[in-house]
Amino acid sequence: MEGRSKPAVGELLIEVRDLAKHYGPIRAVDGISFEVRRGDVLGFLGPNGAGKTTAMKMITGFVEPDRGSVRVAGHDLADESLEARRKIGYLPETAPAYGEMTVAGFLEFVAEARGIDNIAAALDRVVQAAALGRVVHQTIETLSKGFQRRVSLAQALIHDPEVLILDEPTDGLDPNQKASVQELITILSAGRAIVLSTHILDEAERVCNRALVISQGRILVDSTPEELIAKAPNHNVMRLVLDSTSLPDLMTSLEGKPWCDRVERLSETTIDIYPQSGENHLGALMELTAGLEIHSIHLQEGRLNELFRDITRGVEA
Amino acid sequence: MRRFSGMKAVFRREFKAYFSSPLGYVYIVIFLVASGFLTLSRDFGRMLELRQADLASFFDYLPWLFVVLVPAVAMRLWAEERKSGTVELLLTLPITLEGAYLGKFLAGWSFLGVSLFLTWPVAYQAARLGNPDWGVVLSGYLASLLTAGAFLAVGMLFSALSRNQVVAFILAVAASVAFLLLGLPQTLETIGNLLGGYVEQLFASLSLVDHFEALSRGLVELRSLVFFFLFTIGWLASGMLVLDRTRAT
Repeated sequence: MEGRSKPAVGELLIEVRDLAKHYGPIRAVDGISFEVRRGDVLGFLGPNGAGKTTAMKMITGFVEPDRGSVRVAGHDLADESLEARRKIGYLPETAPAYGEMTVAGFLEFVAEARGIDNIAAALDRVVQAAALGRVVHQTIETLSKGFQRRVSLAQALIHDPEVLILDEPTDGLDPNQKASVQELITILSAGRAIVLSTHILDEAERVCNRALVISQGRILVDSTPEELIAKAPNHNVMRLVLDSTSLPDLMTSLEGKPWCDRVERLSETTIDIYPQSGENHLGALMELTAGLEIHSIHLQEGRLNELFRDITRGVEA
Repeated sequence: MRRFSGMKAVFRREFKAYFSSPLGYVYIVIFLVASGFLTLSRDFGRMLELRQADLASFFDYLPWLFVVLVPAVAMRLWAEERKSGTVELLLTLPITLEGAYLGKFLAGWSFLGVSLFLTWPVAYQAARLGNPDWGVVLSGYLASLLTAGAFLAVGMLFSALSRNQVVAFILAVAASVAFLLLGLPQTLETIGNLLGGYVEQLFASLSLVDHFEALSRGLVELRSLVFFFLFTIGWLASGMLVLDRTRAT
């Protein structure tokens, strides 16, 4: 699936400046700065313990930073906390909800706390958006984990917020539910700024137009998923499966080609051809293999996973 | 009223929560049975034996019942929120910490008020025995409600302090018992002997029992009302400071 567009150029809705939080000797977040504009879906990528959740807790005002500032839709979180929080819809990592309440009762409570005038209309909208119609009168503690997460997503959307902070929004969902939530996030991104954390890199590729790779509380990369993929170690690597008798001739031919960085032999019949600078040289390879008995050629996109491992490995070492 | 933003929504949710599970009803039944037993028992209140048209037999033992039953109401108020993670949801809504804290307090206090209201048959019984002074009866209920609120404020602080409800309950019971013991004549005498009469007088003026007894006998004095107000506000304010420090831990 193709990634989303380039970073948005809309109004600035989230400004994070030099945000830091220490827990004793542990630097959970270590001076991060970034901006998110209307239309952006920013993916926080990083291993467990990288600082993603702590950063989100500070952006939503739950945890007070040791240093730095957050502005949400023009409101400073320290000075105008209530105004800033009114602009934010937040899905915490654990998707907490009052288990003894019905889905409708819980959403009504959140709507009342947010001062929504037409609670019934808001309820209808989010019940439909999160596909909760079947369970709306059921108590939350009796729901599956997937439904509980969707209830929490619904409460984050109830006031139609300009800013959405989603901590692992698809965690615990089955593949179909994941796909529908990812689709919903893409729809919601129009006119909003969305920050979501995930360690599922395919998810970032699908829904985000910007990606921040975080490790040990620091931002290591601020880019688009497409640019990240282009930097992935196996981007545009060509995997060739061919007859074993043709392999020595092909290896010899490839040695003289300037676009070929190196060849890795995986088996008697399979090789990976790494291009120079990660460029696409599929056409040149097709010309070179004309007349040989080729079983298959596969051009690898390059996944974020590999780059992610490369980037974070150095920091964690 | 920005300072208390969200208080009404929190109050409504919390108050309804007491009646949406069997726990609230179980609590009320235990309270009514225990208070009825203490009022009528030959070892305690002896209301039927004394045949006096007043509620002294009922009110005398209420603070001792409250030291156990009010912490049972208070213990879940923040400990459960912190354990289940809903505190993160609650405090990232446009609700101030004061609004959330007081909303919960008022809901718990109202629930205790409902429990107290359901003891009306005791007043009815007194009316059958004679002609009770209804002013004294009402001031007795006022004293009971204020004492329940004071113990609730104490219990809420410990609920904000510990994620474990049992720990919060034990600490709240211990603190509440200490405040009751502090007002007993024997305790005050010991304090007087050890630290002098001036300190004894200071502790006596801070005695919850003293103010409760004055009010429950119909002596509605400003100093008693101010005492309960300051005692409760002090514990609530301290509880808010504790919650602000512990909420994300």
